[in-house]
Amino acid sequence: MSDAAGLAAAFEEPAFVPYLAAGDPDVEASLEYVEALARGGADAIELGLPFSEPIAEGPTIQQAVVRSLEGGMTPERFFEFVEALDVDVPLVCMTYYNLIYQYGDGEPVVPFVERAAEVGLEGFVVPDLPAEEADRLRAACDEFGLDLVFIVAPTTRGDRLAAIVERVSGYLYVQARLGVTGARSDVSGRTAESLDRLAEQAAADIPKAVGFGISSGEQAAEVVAAGADGVIVGSALVDIVAQGHADDDPPGVVADRLEAKARELKQGALAGAQRPPRPEGT
Amino acid sequence: MSVEKKFGDYGGQYVPEALMPAIEELTDAYERYVLNNEDGFMDEFRRRIRDFGGRPTPLERADQLSERYDREVYLKREDLLHGGAHKLNNALGQVLLAKYMGKERIIAETGAGQHGTATAMAAAHLDLPCEIYMGRRDINRQRPNVFRMRLNDAEVTPVDVGRGTLKEAISETMRDWARTVETTHYVIGSIVGPAPFPAMVRDFHSVIGEEIDRQFRERFDEPPGAVVACAGGGSNTMGTFDAFVDGDAELYAVEAGGSSLTVDDEAGVAPHSASLSTGEEGVLHGARTKLLQDDHGQILESHSVSSGLDYAGVGPELAHLVDEGRVVPTNVDDDAALEAFHRLSQEEGVIPALETAHAFGFLEAVAGPETTRDRELPETVVVNVSGRGDKDLEAVVEETDKRDLENAPSMEVFDG
Repeated sequence: MSDAAGLAAAFEEPAFVPYLAAGDPDVEASLEYVEALARGGADAIELGLPFSEPIAEGPTIQQAVVRSLEGGMTPERFFEFVEALDVDVPLVCMTYYNLIYQYGDGEPVVPFVERAAEVGLEGFVVPDLPAEEADRLRAACDEFGLDLVFIVAPTTRGDRLAAIVERVSGYLYVQARLGVTGARSDVSGRTAESLDRLAEQAAADIPKAVGFGISSGEQAAEVVAAGADGVIVGSALVDIVAQGHADDDPPGVVADRLEAKARELKQGALAGAQRPPRPEGT
Repeated sequence: MSVEKKFGDYGGQYVPEALMPAIEELTDAYERYVLNNEDGFMDEFRRRIRDFGGRPTPLERADQLSERYDREVYLKREDLLHGGAHKLNNALGQVLLAKYMGKERIIAETGAGQHGTATAMAAAHLDLPCEIYMGRRDINRQRPNVFRMRLNDAEVTPVDVGRGTLKEAISETMRDWARTVETTHYVIGSIVGPAPFPAMVRDFHSVIGEEIDRQFRERFDEPPGAVVACAGGGSNTMGTFDAFVDGDAELYAVEAGGSSLTVDDEAGVAPHSASLSTGEEGVLHGARTKLLQDDHGQILESHSVSSGLDYAGVGPELAHLVDEGRVVPTNVDDDAALEAFHRLSQEEGVIPALETAHAFGFLEAVAGPETTRDRELPETVVVNVSGRGDKDLEAVVEETDKRDLENAPSMEVFDG
């Protein structure tokens, strides 16, 4: 269980925010993996609660979702998973709206948020919940003191961006490219463009973490040098879990690989802050 | 007119942020071109659906069924629309709209393959490249339609995740759209998905009910007593009902009862697709609606002998009209649908799609000689023949072979 306070606090220095699907491939191993990421330097961790129809995910995370669900993951087991974790960084629940909506009895959404607060989660990312539909969850988060992170896409502009900035807390999840999640070898040129656009809007106060496609320390450095306050890495880590599972490697070995990868990404983020800012007009 | 985004508590726009700007752009285009006929869009749509599509389709008296059920039974022959199903109304409308919006590429999902073939035809007709996502299982069930799409120069991409049916195909098409949204239009195939799709798809199909209303009044000088349509996602259903929602006609939405209405919670499988009859409110594929889901909110795998009805969700407007008591949801199981398939083929010379056969299964259940249901149908009934059954012949042979159906013709010729 986490005892950290507030998500924005995780971004005092360039932050590394990893994602794993909770319970992938099973609860025991997954606990070990998340703790390895914390040891490797994670500043906050996004934990996926798997939904059967993950429309924003590419093949890597889709497979993780399948493994976790086949391992018996449910919302209640997810909360128990969070309670069982021994880490001291803030934890964010990433899931789809229907699971939040269906949990518990009584008014929808509130029981899920209440339970999340109880187990020590700090906030949510909900990929299928745009600002238009988020008022109910925002209100519940306010009631229980949790953050609600929104994703900003390369296509998000003007009034839409303003509506998101008005509702967001914790950090802005800046989507580096169009499409679904998945590791790529290049960092999209649209990242810098998106960060510039965000800097122009009244979004200066909120940390901006860039995700979608980042898989190496060098990419993390580039993204931070381009102005990001942190990097979010999911598929590149899930790949390590998947490979270990496919090869039947002992969880301890996989955990060591994850820790090493986390270290690389965190060092990359820190190194990016030392690079000179981009010249004007590039 | 303004764009309907919600139907009571149902509907809305539950999609990734990356898609929202495109959905706003589409909402604007729908309002301008479809609702306000800007640049003569609706005039061009009506001309093309007439000349290319073959509208209006006939309203035909079913003589044998009228006698069997002792009331006036009329068939709305959407199976005679180009492509063999109502699906072209929406596909042509949306592909034309994409063209007005300056989009360069068309994508679509398909279940039975009827929406895929209609979209492929419309894209070829309007000269836009087209890619269709189709579940692997559906590809195996509906092979003729795969070839038809390819003949119209569409690329057919198999979807292997999950059970490989319509639900997975929709998810995969949304993923493509999230990547290509700036140049691509997603022609969603039913009255599902985020606003404005449910209202827009209904509007393109509402010509079905408008024609029924006019054609029926020409004969009877009054609207029909009951209107019956099968319901999967619900596009032919709402297209048929829309003209009658404000009137007095009884409206029956016939869902797929599959092999049983009992859900296997352990396996996450509902052996049916009756989301209106048995589903619970939830959020799937961009809309709040009635869904087949487990206690945790995970979406169940649905089942039906007809791939076009095999979907765990349903259009939000239909869910709302059911809650309001305006539309009566009912369902017919696989066996009864097959029996109805053979009956319509033999008695009326019309081979219906297996989806459509469910609507006739309902007629038999409530008005047939061995009816067990305690419901008195009105004296005049219109049934929408949403599609023709050519695509289902392989499945019908196989499924008929498994069963002991009294009215099935010999299928022996197909052995060996």
